Amino acid sequence: MTERYDILVVGAGPAGLTAARTAAAHGARVGLIDAQAQPGGQVWRHDVRHHAPREARAAISGLGQVELLSQHTVVAVEPSALRVEMPRGASELRYDALVLATGARELLLPFPGWTLPGVTGAGGLQALAKQGWPVAGKRVVIAGSGPLLLAAAATLRAHGAHVLGIYEQAAAASVHAFARQLVHWPAKAMQALGLRTRLAGVPYHFGSFIRGASGDDTLSRVDIEGPRGSQSIECDMLGVGYGLVPNVELAQLLGCALVHQGAHPRVQVDALLRTSVSGIYAAGEAGGIGGLAVARIEGEIAGHMAAGQTQAATALLPMRGKERRFGALLSHHFALDPRLLSLANAQTLICRCEDVTLGELDGFSDARSAKLVTRCGMGACQGRICGTALAELGRFPRNGARPPVFPTRLATLAGLTTFPSSDDY
Amino acid sequence: MAHYDLIVIGAGMIGASCADAASAEGMRVALIEPGPIGGGATAAAMGHLVAMDDDPAELALARYSLHHWEAFADLKEAEFSRCGTLWVARSDADRNAAAARAARLGAAGVEAHLIDAATLYELEPALTPGLSGGMLVPREAVVYPPRMARYLVQRAQSRGARLYAGRRAQALLSSGVQLDDRTRLSGPVLVATGCAIPELLPMLPMRARKGHLIITERYPNLLRHQLLELGYADSAHGDADSSVAFNVQPRPTGQILIGSSREFSAIDASVSPAMVQRMLERSFAFVPALRRLQALRIWTGFRPTTPDGRPYLGAVPGATNQWVAAGHEGLGITTALGSARLLMDLIHGRTPAIDPAPYAPSRMAA
Repeated sequence: MTERYDILVVGAGPAGLTAARTAAAHGARVGLIDAQAQPGGQVWRHDVRHHAPREARAAISGLGQVELLSQHTVVAVEPSALRVEMPRGASELRYDALVLATGARELLLPFPGWTLPGVTGAGGLQALAKQGWPVAGKRVVIAGSGPLLLAAAATLRAHGAHVLGIYEQAAAASVHAFARQLVHWPAKAMQALGLRTRLAGVPYHFGSFIRGASGDDTLSRVDIEGPRGSQSIECDMLGVGYGLVPNVELAQLLGCALVHQGAHPRVQVDALLRTSVSGIYAAGEAGGIGGLAVARIEGEIAGHMAAGQTQAATALLPMRGKERRFGALLSHHFALDPRLLSLANAQTLICRCEDVTLGELDGFSDARSAKLVTRCGMGACQGRICGTALAELGRFPRNGARPPVFPTRLATLAGLTTFPSSDDY
Repeated sequence: MAHYDLIVIGAGMIGASCADAASAEGMRVALIEPGPIGGGATAAAMGHLVAMDDDPAELALARYSLHHWEAFADLKEAEFSRCGTLWVARSDADRNAAAARAARLGAAGVEAHLIDAATLYELEPALTPGLSGGMLVPREAVVYPPRMARYLVQRAQSRGARLYAGRRAQALLSSGVQLDDRTRLSGPVLVATGCAIPELLPMLPMRARKGHLIITERYPNLLRHQLLELGYADSAHGDADSSVAFNVQPRPTGQILIGSSREFSAIDASVSPAMVQRMLERSFAFVPALRRLQALRIWTGFRPTTPDGRPYLGAVPGATNQWVAAGHEGLGITTALGSARLLMDLIHGRTPAIDPAPYAPSRMAA
């Protein structure tokens, strides 16, 4: 089964929602693809108990003529088409123009105990809470880096968790310098203020990071290194994330050039968000971490561009420049403490899919050799977690993506459009 | 200029086996490899140790080689799993053909049993109903080739072999080789560069035959044997520009590895959705339950293929002190160890355990 669209948008977060709505306003037939059951992406992920923020509701309700293709996962690429998988079938979606709004994922860094049950990413824990995972009454520690820690802590608290503290690795002076810059972005200042209010009474520590986590079968204690020495805290859950990394796998399979600058690649785009492949645009975090406002303005630019409205897109460029500067500010003020890169020891698991320890990777100078011998990165996460961590650790960069984009039913790859029921086996 | 008793070019499974065998004989060995060890066809291979019986010469080499693989049956790095090979018959005609094949394998000393349909389903309940039986080759196995190649290289290094990692052999000299950093090494040369053979030995034709493989998440005990259709050899040894055959393997991890495709004219390494689709349709026809499994990764590789399908094993025509071991098509892992021993016997002027004539590179010079 093949369906034709003028424009396909991949990812229904802030960038994708805006791109789809903008493109559809020009009269194009637009499909908005997202793997989740509800639109919103990571930052506006549907919360089973609480209303989405007003701007999220506005973005979702404003979709108009856009065809929302929820629970559609892009698994493979074909010339001018995407193969998508749904819970009960698969199909091929053809496009004339494509907007990649594939967002970002959390950077997880290994430390002793990071694979214990009870330890997750900070954003990961926030997502679990929104999906209804029971956190009420649980003692939770949030750690890592960046403003998203505040958002995660606020969600956890709203779901009844007892947030013991937020541990930010950046030094106090650096975070305060960042906060002073917020006067140039009043909306962000208000947002930050709102979060601080919702987090009243939750201690926010700077220059502090998790050195280790321990417990018998599940997490019971975390060891924290701070400016005034080490301490241990008893807790039930730890959410720890060190900022965001662009999701570039789909762009890579489509043949879009990437920028390899720093530890993690991003999709290469020009000012008008054109990738190196004609007819394919990238908006938001995929083109470099910039935050919510960047995602929205770039979504709008990409939506215009995909619909052939270059003039409307060009008019938005000054706004984009301003918001992109905020992204640069973030990475400057929340730069990672080099001590974070040496927390894991030889026994620490790096690849949790294939049970590979850091010590097993000694002696390899390139990712491919290491992968061939140890199978590091060959598991279900396809190297998204361990490969990204190893790149940040300076071991070796993650190498080329292989299809499928995500683990996929063989039936989908075989082009079957409906899946047989289990009685057929 | 450094001198060696043997300079092996290429550290795939074939070059690694040759370096290992040469160092075991006390030779001073150099091994030249520009990329990761076992990073070419070795990394892409299924790692099936299997005797094909349609060519007597190929069968003799496989039989000889399989015997030497037994030494690694307990080696951790080999990940040797004796799952056996189950050849599946779709029709009575297939089954009759299987009888002849079992007899040929038996005569060559490879244990093989003809089985009826009831036994077939006892061995592999996931097979589709209506098959007529098949042939079981119980002693065959699967291994993990890139790790094995690395083990052999390290074993050679432990005996003093020198690995020129990251270096490419740029040109063969009258007695030796020049590397891409202008280093010259002197001594007899053994070229084991697979598909890249014509770069150094243009008189030996070689075609790259593309294949696709798909690996799934873990489904322990869904399948127990390496499964092939009896018509597999028609695809493997036929000359069609593109073909697929049912060939599915349970890995020791519980993952299922799905092959196989063959294409001559496809020269880029990209995954072809159409070819993946053909392969999967073929495999679903034999094991319908595969449809619901989750695929983790798809990749391609290139089999080094000579015009007559047999490897080049022996002296380079018209040269002295130049040897070649390449062109094993889809059987390089199975026949690597035997190929290396055959080469050592030829280099030392001994009589090989099997007749070397069918593999002599000089057959192309005629």
